[in-house]
Amino acid sequence: MSTTDPVHAIAAKRWTIALVLSVLMLAIYFGFILLVAFGKGLLSILLTQGLSLGILLGALTIVSCWILSLIYVIWANRSYDQAVAQAIARTTTPAGRKP
Amino acid sequence: MSGSNPLAILFFFVFIALTLGVTYWAAKRTKTTEHFYAAGHGVTGFQNGLALAGDYMSAASFLGIAGLVALNGFDGLIYSTGWLVGWPIILFLIAEPLRNLGKYTFSDVVAYRLQQRPVRIAAVIGTMAVVLTYLIAQMVGAGTLIKLLFSLDYTLAVVIVGIVMMTYVLFGGMLATTWVQIIKACLLLGGAVVLAVLVLAQFGFNPTALFAKAAELNGKQVLEPGTKVVTGAWDAVSLGLALMFGTAGLPHILMRFYTVPDAKQARISVVWATIWIGGFYLITFVLGFGAMVLVGMKEVVGAGGGGNMAAPLLANAVGGSAFFGFICAVAFATILAVVAGLTLSGAAALSHDIWVNVVKGGQASEREQLKVARIAAVILGVCAIVLGIIFQGQNIAYMVGLTFSIAASANFPALVLAIFWRRFTTWGAVTAIVLGTVSTLVLLYCGPTIQVDILKNDIAEVSKQWWYFPLKNPCLITMTLSFLSGIVVSLLTPEPAAEAGFAEVERRAILGALAELGPPATKPAPAE
Repeated sequence: MSTTDPVHAIAAKRWTIALVLSVLMLAIYFGFILLVAFGKGLLSILLTQGLSLGILLGALTIVSCWILSLIYVIWANRSYDQAVAQAIARTTTPAGRKP
Repeated sequence: MSGSNPLAILFFFVFIALTLGVTYWAAKRTKTTEHFYAAGHGVTGFQNGLALAGDYMSAASFLGIAGLVALNGFDGLIYSTGWLVGWPIILFLIAEPLRNLGKYTFSDVVAYRLQQRPVRIAAVIGTMAVVLTYLIAQMVGAGTLIKLLFSLDYTLAVVIVGIVMMTYVLFGGMLATTWVQIIKACLLLGGAVVLAVLVLAQFGFNPTALFAKAAELNGKQVLEPGTKVVTGAWDAVSLGLALMFGTAGLPHILMRFYTVPDAKQARISVVWATIWIGGFYLITFVLGFGAMVLVGMKEVVGAGGGGNMAAPLLANAVGGSAFFGFICAVAFATILAVVAGLTLSGAAALSHDIWVNVVKGGQASEREQLKVARIAAVILGVCAIVLGIIFQGQNIAYMVGLTFSIAASANFPALVLAIFWRRFTTWGAVTAIVLGTVSTLVLLYCGPTIQVDILKNDIAEVSKQWWYFPLKNPCLITMTLSFLSGIVVSLLTPEPAAEAGFAEVERRAILGALAELGPPATKPAPAE
């Protein structure tokens, strides 16, 4: 398998997207954790009665997990699966080629 | 307060009868190792999402977080968020390549292009360390809770849990375990939603009105970061790392990805799991604060179990004794399902990794493999019961943190390096896993968790010792150590065969479905 293999290009693209989304997730969660550790004053601000910024950001951390997952799945279902299907078609159609 | 609630016991027996019925049905379909370990790859993404949620939402996350929030307010939410953020990481980095590269265990993926024997042995050390510490935490939790909920004797409770769980695994394998998880997840999510609705109904369906009431009764600090859960910045980061990456290194979670037919279904199952688990943790905000307001902190503490009774007491307060009984039975079901998943993954590691691939060099008949897997399940079940009894009455609050820390420091680095790094070698993998496991155990022992909380040493005295390690959770150091040692040792021990095999790993991680384009696996589980 040489590096001109189309699968290699698909793999590179997939890992780039996966890595960017993972770093975003890390940044969001550790941003929240570091605010809990260092930004007590900030997180204690009451936005309305009963809702502190800390509780809102905690809930938003959970929502951000959903949003990032959704972004990945939309990309994977639309573009990645198609690229993989094409690569499979290319490797299987010419007779005698080993998958 | 609880006494022996006849309704709770009735609900509990209904659950046992239902799940044993499922086990009987599954047992007739479990004929091969493919069925025993992976439910014949016939579970749909949606079903597996629910089962993953069932496997993951332990008593610690249901009763534990509700109790933490009820007693500490905001600080309990650190766990709610931490236990969810690992799931997107599994989705982005692990689930699909794992499904494409492996067969039954995560060691399949780590060992794919490396020497089988040393890597499998190391991976089983990592797996068993996680499985056993988590089993201890769950079994002790089971005994304590059941004593509180049903007024049953501790030892009897542990034995019942062990035997029922062994029955699921032994006869029904992964198919029965999957459906036990699905039933449990539905009961738990349903029960939590009804409980939250009953609570919110008293506050005009406005959560902030509930939080405001909590602040009015207990002071504004319940809505602010406190000092009980997060003791320092480094502790917070270290705990965060363990919760986040530990999820992606839990063998019983990873094993679930083999139950679906292909990588796409694995992807779909993580998304559903993230939706269910995230929704559940959002609900725990309401349950925790609800218990704080409607039950009261004093009553929650007074009920014993370190706050674990918050959710059942809340059910009693808003839904009466019938609902209390239902929630108690759900809590019991929760523990049963989690230990079943753990036992199955431990049995897979012992039989598939050790017996078949190390002892027999990959050559063993189906009959023999199934027999060994079942023997391993019995051994683990007995171990779980014995450990549960040995650890009775001991402070095991650190066990869950330890489990996640080992998973993040041993299994996760090896898995990521095996999938992504061309130059990863056999000895790099062995070092990463073994050093990750051992350093976690050693540093935990030398840290405040064991020395101060468990051994009751004076912190001023012990912190002067040369060996003292100041973090409560060592994951920050141990995970770094595992990654670094894996990389350094790999560079020092070049392995041309492993490097040459990487192109195949890359191809298979992406195209894995190609190998399964043939007729679809027989679908043993009808969609519900």
